[in-house]
Amino acid sequence: MQVHWHDRLAQGLLLLCCAALALFLIGPLLMILVKSVQDKDGAYIGLVHFREYFATPALQQSIWNTLFVATAVTFITVPLAFTYAYALTRSCMPGRSVFRVLALTPILAPSLMAAISFIQWFGTQGLLKGLLMGHSVYGPIGIILSAVYATFPHALMIVLTALLLADGRLYEAAESLRTPTWRRFFTITLPGAKYGLVSATMVVFSYTVSDFGIPKVIGGNYNVLAVDIFKQVIGQQNFNKGAVVSLVLLLPVLFAFSVDWVMRRRLQAQFSSRAVPYVPRPSPAFDRAMLVFCSLVAIYLLAVLGMAVYTSFIKLWPYDKSFSLRHYVYGLIDAGVIVDYFNSLKMALYSALFGTVFVFLVAYLLEKTRGMATLKAFVRLVATIPMAVPGLVLGLGYIFFFNHPDNPLNGLYHTMGILVLSTIVHYYTSSHMTAVTALKALDDEFESVSASLKVPFYRTFFRVTVPVCLPAVLDIGRYLFVNGMVTISAVVFLYAPDTRVASVSILNMDEAGEIGAAAGMATLIVASSTAMCILYAIVTRVLLGRTQAWRATSRV
Amino acid sequence: MIKGTSQPAGASARFLDLAGIRKNFGRFEALKDVSLDAARGELMVFLGPSGCGKTTLLRIIAGLESQDAGTIVQDGRDISRLPAIRRDYGIVFQSYALFPNLTVADNIAYGLVNRRTARDAVRIRVAELLKLVGLPDAGIKYPGQLSGGQQQRIALARAIATSPGLLLLDEPLSALDALERVRLRGEIRALQQRLGVTTIMVTHDQEEALSMADRVVVMNAGRIEQVGTPREVYETPATPFVADFVGKINVLPAIAEGAGRFRVGSVSLTVDRHDIAAGTPVKLYLRPEEIGVHVNGHAAHDALAARVAKVEFLGAFCMVGIALDAAGVPALVANVPRQQVDAGRLAPGSAVRVSLPPAAMRVLS
Repeated sequence: MQVHWHDRLAQGLLLLCCAALALFLIGPLLMILVKSVQDKDGAYIGLVHFREYFATPALQQSIWNTLFVATAVTFITVPLAFTYAYALTRSCMPGRSVFRVLALTPILAPSLMAAISFIQWFGTQGLLKGLLMGHSVYGPIGIILSAVYATFPHALMIVLTALLLADGRLYEAAESLRTPTWRRFFTITLPGAKYGLVSATMVVFSYTVSDFGIPKVIGGNYNVLAVDIFKQVIGQQNFNKGAVVSLVLLLPVLFAFSVDWVMRRRLQAQFSSRAVPYVPRPSPAFDRAMLVFCSLVAIYLLAVLGMAVYTSFIKLWPYDKSFSLRHYVYGLIDAGVIVDYFNSLKMALYSALFGTVFVFLVAYLLEKTRGMATLKAFVRLVATIPMAVPGLVLGLGYIFFFNHPDNPLNGLYHTMGILVLSTIVHYYTSSHMTAVTALKALDDEFESVSASLKVPFYRTFFRVTVPVCLPAVLDIGRYLFVNGMVTISAVVFLYAPDTRVASVSILNMDEAGEIGAAAGMATLIVASSTAMCILYAIVTRVLLGRTQAWRATSRV
Repeated sequence: MIKGTSQPAGASARFLDLAGIRKNFGRFEALKDVSLDAARGELMVFLGPSGCGKTTLLRIIAGLESQDAGTIVQDGRDISRLPAIRRDYGIVFQSYALFPNLTVADNIAYGLVNRRTARDAVRIRVAELLKLVGLPDAGIKYPGQLSGGQQQRIALARAIATSPGLLLLDEPLSALDALERVRLRGEIRALQQRLGVTTIMVTHDQEEALSMADRVVVMNAGRIEQVGTPREVYETPATPFVADFVGKINVLPAIAEGAGRFRVGSVSLTVDRHDIAAGTPVKLYLRPEEIGVHVNGHAAHDALAARVAKVEFLGAFCMVGIALDAAGVPALVANVPRQQVDAGRLAPGSAVRVSLPPAAMRVLS
């Protein structure tokens, strides 16, 4: 078959995208493998680092600490999220939509913020210190409390989806067979949510294992792997040892990721388009119990966010609680730290802009163009990898790869560009899946019809594909922006003095004891993310209402 | 402005010529050496069970799949290796594939605008096409506001908007409900004849194929079983597959006895075929409506004694299951008009005589 230049163009673009993914994901990851078996001067030394590592009791202890904390967080977060999601979908308690929005607020804040808040609540000068009965919040307790806060919305969203997919007819059938409520729960609800629960478990586990901000701020002397990497790289400048710890960190995350991957596929397969949504019926006692539960969780979530905001607006916790803007005026603006906030804003906007374009383009080329089957299979595989790579590991890989004197892209190092790239790559998988799902929902024959009408594919892309997928495109943009605002793990190795971002400066201010200013910065991040989400809601409603009139109209 | 593809004097009657088309998907042979030609202005229907290769063949003609071997000549031009965008056809899919975010008018104009047609001309052409498919006021609506049948009419209008030389229809009626399907069947056929556009339609519905086609191409397992007019395919199926697939048919395993006689079980039947050597095992095929069912006493002398096994009411006629008294003959199914069933009081257990007309019997091996 002759190849039309249209097809050549599409194939060329796909090749370019593939090269970009290889360059900014595969290259850095391979460098970690290489560095882990080299000494400081780059000579091959085999597994010496690994042997040294496993011979150091303190580092070994980190592995157990990491696994302990992650397991504890998983066992707390997942049941909490399940019950919360159950209340949202299966009860008639009042205020369900408010509870739903509240539950997602932790996504808007960097994980560090939770740690700072818990220090304010339970730390040496904490208001509720007595509740810990002599235990210190600096350590596993603080890490677990904060990580539960940070992981809760992630688990909730997955479990919520699983519960929403339930087929109402199953419950009607069970009822007509006089099945008691408890039996319906164990034979219909739980099996239906099974894959979602496993997936949530894995996501919470790997989030906790890979998160570095929380243990850094509230971990005290309790060592975990993520902080070890940071200490090796930033503290001791021992990059090769850092590479070794990275690989150790990668293992549990990879395991969790593989399980999650399998589960997600099953979760999708379970979805039947003919399912009838379940409609809960009022049941006063149950609804009241659920309301109490959700209120308690909401108080916990609001207490964290509220404490951070409050801390930023008072003079000095807990001695002078009078209202003041000094943390913003002196701590952020006069100290010049506010620049970091604008850097964050810039980075998040660039990530959202370029990331969305790139993600959607790749997904389009994969799903809607012809030929290059092998290359496409490769790109599909590569697109799933970022989810399995902790940010710290990716960041370290970027140092190795881009700081390498022989790399022609060396100039990227220490620029805003590398921060944006690492953010896009770090959050690639979810964005990619959103785009692919939206594209798969389009009729496969649009491209065939266009060809028969002699309309070039790019015209159909701009005139039909993008407008129809606009909600997904905006969603990807919002996702990348919000994560760009809160991310710390990948960028902590990559920033330069003039490209330092807000989450990093929170870390620095916390270390310098400037809790008020750190809380102020966190508040600014939350405010920006919230503003973006509100903007997104308005845009989707107004703009889509105008350009997508076809969506609202129902069939005659 | 709507021009029929008028037949220029001296133009070849063979508008589309396929020769030796082969296509494999991995190890699966989707098409095994398919050759075929379609005359200018005819409506040809590819009929076959799912997986027989009919859609693949259509997509190869459209350039949406590439054949592994074989050539395609359309209107004297070798298009075998041309990409879809350089070929000359319009296509309608089962899923309609209307662009949901464009109005009906914009959908129809989609291919026109690209050809730098003047805006007014486009508008007039769209109005014409809308009228042609019987939806003159639908232009400002979105596809989602139309019924399935209306959407398919718009898809058809979009496909013929640029007056292509060839119209391809990929199961265009399969997603519609039964009534709409029958109505659109007639409309598409009338439109096609009016425009005179050479058309190829794919379907798995034999009734659709028989009612619409100039010629039917019956396909099975990547091969063409028979090409013929609907009557030819129905009345003189070339292979056992065609006999089975198109319409209902009775099958009687038999052994030729020579001189036009065939033994089925313990009876010997006369069939108008004298060229088959005695002793050859064959199969006799007979349509249910060809079987004469007579209540005792009124039958021809060579009719066979039988009993009604069951009567299934189907409206205008009844499907009557019949067991012959003679041993070794398979049960038969006959179509009997409702009035005759009533008059003869046919019911399970009724004694009847059946006649199997020699001229209606097909012999295939």
